[in-house]
Amino acid sequence: MVSTIVINDVSKSFGKKLVLNQINLTVESGEIFGLIGPSGSGKTTLVKIIVGMDSPSLGDVQVLNSAVPNLKLLQRIGYMAQADALYSDLTGEENLAFFASLFKLKKDVQKERIAYAADLVNLKADLKKKVQNYSGGMKRRLSLALALIQDPEILILDEPTVGIDPELRRSIWNELYRLKNEGKTILVTTHVMDEAEKCDRLAMVRDGEIITSGSPAELKNQYGITSLEEVFLMAGGKQL
Amino acid sequence: MSILALVKRIFHQMLRDKRALALMMVAPLLILTLLNYLLAGNTVDSRLGVINADDMLVEILKDTDITVLKVVENTKDILLDKDLDGILEFTGEEISLTLTNDQPTAAKALKIKVQQAIAAQKAKEQAVNLSSFMENIQSKLPGVPIKMEQVKAPEINTSYIYGNKDTIFFDQLSPILVGFFVFFFVFLISGIALLRERTTGTLERLLATPILRRDIVFGYLLGYGLFAVVQTIIVVTYAVKVLDITLVGSFWNVVIINLTLALVALSLGILLSAFANSEFQMMQFIPIAIIPQVFFAGIFPFESMAGWMQVLAKCMPMYYGGSALVEVMYKGSGLGAITDELLVLLGFALVFIVLNVVALKKYRKI
Ligand SMILES: Nc1ncnc2c1ncn2[C@@H]1O[C@H](COP(=O)(O)OP(=O)(O)OP(=O)(O)O)[C@@H](O)[C@H]1O
Ligand SMILES: [Mg+2]
Repeated sequence: MVSTIVINDVSKSFGKKLVLNQINLTVESGEIFGLIGPSGSGKTTLVKIIVGMDSPSLGDVQVLNSAVPNLKLLQRIGYMAQADALYSDLTGEENLAFFASLFKLKKDVQKERIAYAADLVNLKADLKKKVQNYSGGMKRRLSLALALIQDPEILILDEPTVGIDPELRRSIWNELYRLKNEGKTILVTTHVMDEAEKCDRLAMVRDGEIITSGSPAELKNQYGITSLEEVFLMAGGKQL
Repeated sequence: MSILALVKRIFHQMLRDKRALALMMVAPLLILTLLNYLLAGNTVDSRLGVINADDMLVEILKDTDITVLKVVENTKDILLDKDLDGILEFTGEEISLTLTNDQPTAAKALKIKVQQAIAAQKAKEQAVNLSSFMENIQSKLPGVPIKMEQVKAPEINTSYIYGNKDTIFFDQLSPILVGFFVFFFVFLISGIALLRERTTGTLERLLATPILRRDIVFGYLLGYGLFAVVQTIIVVTYAVKVLDITLVGSFWNVVIINLTLALVALSLGILLSAFANSEFQMMQFIPIAIIPQVFFAGIFPFESMAGWMQVLAKCMPMYYGGSALVEVMYKGSGLGAITDELLVLLGFALVFIVLNVVALKKYRKI
């Protein structure tokens, strides 16, 4: 196991508002790491800092032993943003091909990866449709496919399964397990507790601080309760 | 390779967006055609009422396409009833001209014509007087062989360095318009395209890939630049071949100038999109950043502007574009005469491009 994402004392403020407060976190290769926490707690902000789309006010982030931001690193990170950012006047396939060529994939590899990613998110039949005619879930799935297109070593997925039906969600998680077993690093944020349950380790973020972390079982033991949902609520300060 | 991917994507998007394509390629033709007919329309012949006018003067007036009517009185009622543009009245030595002046420019033109006609008539009269005077002297001094040539009223032979007597305002205006439309539509379409990338988040998503910031700017310039080439060729060809706009210089020089203008418009458009949050806010830049450019493009003479206005003019890309276009299309100059203008335009583009690359730091520091 190698530490692939290392976050050192990261703080971030927007104007006067402190959004992240001295975050320390290490994620290892071959694990699925979950960030959970209430809305507005700073998960997306943290994730953006890891990708390099935002810079921390204090502290630093290292991914695969290089300091973020770094252009070469972006080649090795697959990022799925919380909000779908797709070219709606292009077809699904054109979106995939466009990003594939930005990652400098060769033509034959491109075809292979597009087929793989589209198959994984069950979009094969809709590839020729314009994205503006996609449903919400289909757009979400295309965003996920885009994050996987260059076969990255690090996957950073901000609420990847919102709007995706349970059956497809299961197959996506199976694929995430497969990728993890290949030694990739996967960082997901989620609100869905049964998904949090599937992570190897979790960190609970609240008001920009990591209030607790550990495996799902450890968290449940720590609070002496049986469901993660209760952990979430208790860590969130609500009394049961 | 990233640049090419971007260009390819822009092509896909533009070719699919029929409206934007039509706006870019067809709208300039429509506006040019309209203006051509509006400005080329011959001025309606003036109608002038006269009182006690000399027949010779009436003839001269009629020669200048003025419809002359004899009227009895100089009153507003008659002016309006007979739909006259003015009444010219002779009372003894005094001449008075009453103008309706409902259209000041037409009134001014009529006044000048009348003045010229009176002057011409006076000259003719004098010439006749003079020659009869000479004949008189000759007849009184028989045997003295003085041969006098008939004295004639002086006639001015007018020649033109640029254009000819049929040159109309539109001939001088059209080069400026051709350049302006390219500038305007390229600005609008590229600016809104990048703005849409900003608002939908795809620009941020783009910067989460290893693409260089400058490659994004170059991709945009190249992608929309190619459409600008097509647009320029269509607009210039149409203006010259169909509307018969004066083109003395080389067609390709016009294309070069317009492309340089398009480059400035592109880089300015995508730069300003950084300061807009919606398509509507992008439109708000038009009255501020685009419309004033027309005024300084050569429609109003630069020399007659106040000092500070001249400084302002020199900050406007269209000032250089307009004067280069007039130079080539109307005066027939070659590339040599417009190098300065082209260099300044390229300078503008360069500055905007660098600012664009820097502005993208907002999304990604490297
Ligand atoms: N660009 C910004 N400018 C100012 N404040 C911001 C900005 N981005 C985020 N914030 C603030 O930072 C805080 C954390 O936002 P963030 O998006 O990280 O939350 P989150 O944990 O991802 O929430 P959710 O679960 O709803 O997605 C919020 O209070 C938000 O208002
Ligand atoms: Mg979020």
